[in-house]
Amino acid sequence: MTPAGQAVLALLEGVVSGLVLALTALGLSLVFGVMRVVNVAHGDFFMLGAVFAWYVTTATGSFPLALLAAPLAAAAVAVAADRLVLRPIGYAPEPTIVATIGLLYVLQQAVLSVYGPYARPVPEPVAFRVDLPWFGYSGYKLVVAAAAAALLGAAWLLITRTRLGLYMRATQQDREIAQAFGVPVQRVYAAAFGLGAALAALAGVLIVPIRQAHYLMGLDALLLSFMAVVIGGIGSMSGTLIGGMILGITENLIGVYVSSSYRDSITFLILIIILLYKPTGIMGSVEKDKV
Amino acid sequence: MAERKITRREALRAAGALAGASVLTKFGVRLLSASVPNDTVEAAAGPRAPLRIGFQVHRTGIGAVYGRWYERVGNAALRLINEQGGIAGRPVQIIVEDDGTDPKRGVEVVEKFVNQHRVDFIFGTLFSHVVIAAAPRAGELKVPYLVVSEGYHVASGKLNRYVFQPGITDVRAQVTAVAPWIVKHLGKRATLIFPDYAFGHDHRDFFSARLRALGGEVAALVPIPPTETSFTRYFARVPRNTDFIYHVMVGPGVLTFVKELGEHFGARKPKLFGFIDSLEGVDIATPGLEYLEGSFLWEAFPRYTGNVKTAFEQQYRDRVGVDANGASKADPKDVSTYSHMFGVWETLFVIKRAVEESGYASRTPADYRKFITTLEGFTSFPESLQHPQGPKRFNGKLHQVFGHQFISQVRNKRLVVVHRTAIEDGLYPPEGDYTKMPL
Repeated sequence: MTPAGQAVLALLEGVVSGLVLALTALGLSLVFGVMRVVNVAHGDFFMLGAVFAWYVTTATGSFPLALLAAPLAAAAVAVAADRLVLRPIGYAPEPTIVATIGLLYVLQQAVLSVYGPYARPVPEPVAFRVDLPWFGYSGYKLVVAAAAAALLGAAWLLITRTRLGLYMRATQQDREIAQAFGVPVQRVYAAAFGLGAALAALAGVLIVPIRQAHYLMGLDALLLSFMAVVIGGIGSMSGTLIGGMILGITENLIGVYVSSSYRDSITFLILIIILLYKPTGIMGSVEKDKV
Repeated sequence: MAERKITRREALRAAGALAGASVLTKFGVRLLSASVPNDTVEAAAGPRAPLRIGFQVHRTGIGAVYGRWYERVGNAALRLINEQGGIAGRPVQIIVEDDGTDPKRGVEVVEKFVNQHRVDFIFGTLFSHVVIAAAPRAGELKVPYLVVSEGYHVASGKLNRYVFQPGITDVRAQVTAVAPWIVKHLGKRATLIFPDYAFGHDHRDFFSARLRALGGEVAALVPIPPTETSFTRYFARVPRNTDFIYHVMVGPGVLTFVKELGEHFGARKPKLFGFIDSLEGVDIATPGLEYLEGSFLWEAFPRYTGNVKTAFEQQYRDRVGVDANGASKADPKDVSTYSHMFGVWETLFVIKRAVEESGYASRTPADYRKFITTLEGFTSFPESLQHPQGPKRFNGKLHQVFGHQFISQVRNKRLVVVHRTAIEDGLYPPEGDYTKMPL
């Protein structure tokens, strides 16, 4: 393949995986921003999205239905987890980390017992092949990229233009003052946790026709999301998008040009360098309200 | 409520916890207890104490698809053995432990078998990184450890005298046996796509060497990290003048691999030779695998009926509960790992024969010595219900079995055997001799 072809391939793949990663990571960033909860189980909501999508498409054959039902189901699981696990421990930082690690295992093992260890495919809702001069490319991947971009836009509108978004931003800035102004903080928490899970699940549904649903697929999603959020700046929406794109594109450049075996070490090296020069992440602000 | 806010320091601490947790899970920490003694065996309890065999299974983790079927085959073989009067007149009991496909846990499982369950033998481990980690511990504890792993590590002579692989052939033999056919039918310039760890490296090294010896050459080597989920970018490294792509993958990514291969190359389809390892547990008729139509795959034991015409094969299939398409009779969507799991069956019958011929009675050094030297003295296993995959030759010095290999073509979304190698085709110059090691 010519150098131009290689560059196009790396960029194309990078943009697709970057957008999907940004969509996955947005939920993690949102939950952290609003609730100050580091949700270690976040990747498993991504996995739940994929697994629910398999069940829905297998039962009904409808991918759009899966796109609707799977995130709702994942959100329901998340809201239940918020009510049954996070609220009773008062959202205290350390216990929530341990509790969400527990949640991760519970979700994973539950899926293993019910759904099994297999990687199961979901047919692509739209299948076409784009013939480029150097190679062919999956049309569905381009659809995924567009859908992820649209969903990111919708999430941005939700957070900046709606009452729920206003409540979330107010809670993020100062929980107590928000409460004093009549923001139902408890419900905002549940909504944020549910929305975070739904976003990850949406990414899972979009990706499952490319990658198959497998009970361990949440681990990579978690690690990459966390890196995207840290690179972009914790709690910043635009930062998460930037972080996701940086990761997606570097990963593919390394895959095409260097050796995939060095991919993780080089990616982490970039993370370290960014944190050395910009400890709060690219779009993160210095915390003014430290005690 | 300022005290509830997480500072960056706390967030980083969380990141540490997170990384730790993910490392733990990645290797499948087992939370649910899997130490379930097999109850199917208790019924057969006779006048003499049962023989206890530890079965190390990948119930969770990346090897769970294989583990599930290894366990089913182990149970089926156990039922047959106990129906036929057990081993040396003693009922047999299998104790299952899950190792989470995790090397560290694998070592613990070996220790638990010896110290807690007090088993006579351990068998069944599959994934090479677990075998390589756990085998030295079995050697230290001086307990026979019979793996069903396929890696070259046993035959390499680098493990120890207690480790055997009598039920399945190793990668080097497989590659050596099929290479001449590949060069004759697919061409001489190969691009190798393989997972970047021991199992994949066996393929890389032995196939490359064999290809060169046959006058061929390697156009490119494309290692892929075992946790990879997307493959398109790797296809950029396949040179245009490649005659064929030799691919061996494991893990859940294979459907993506094939699909992306199709999208990338389209009508300029390269010739493909793959190893069924990629597709174990996966229905060949799965949407997305259409691109494999016409391509060739190595099989150890043909998945679809009609390819091997022996009564033993059908009996074995029925006993395990596998239908004509290689899937579970109970659920046609539950596809077996047919080219590997027979090794569990055959290994149990090798244990039976070695116990009966050696007079092994209890966990004493003297009895273990008898067991091991008897096993090392075996030279062949005839085709039978005990060895349904076919006749085998055993090399006691290498602790490794040799057998027939199959090359199948994907036709109408099924696998049809086009070639069966001779046992001699897979032989190679030995590199080790376990019989010279101390017992």
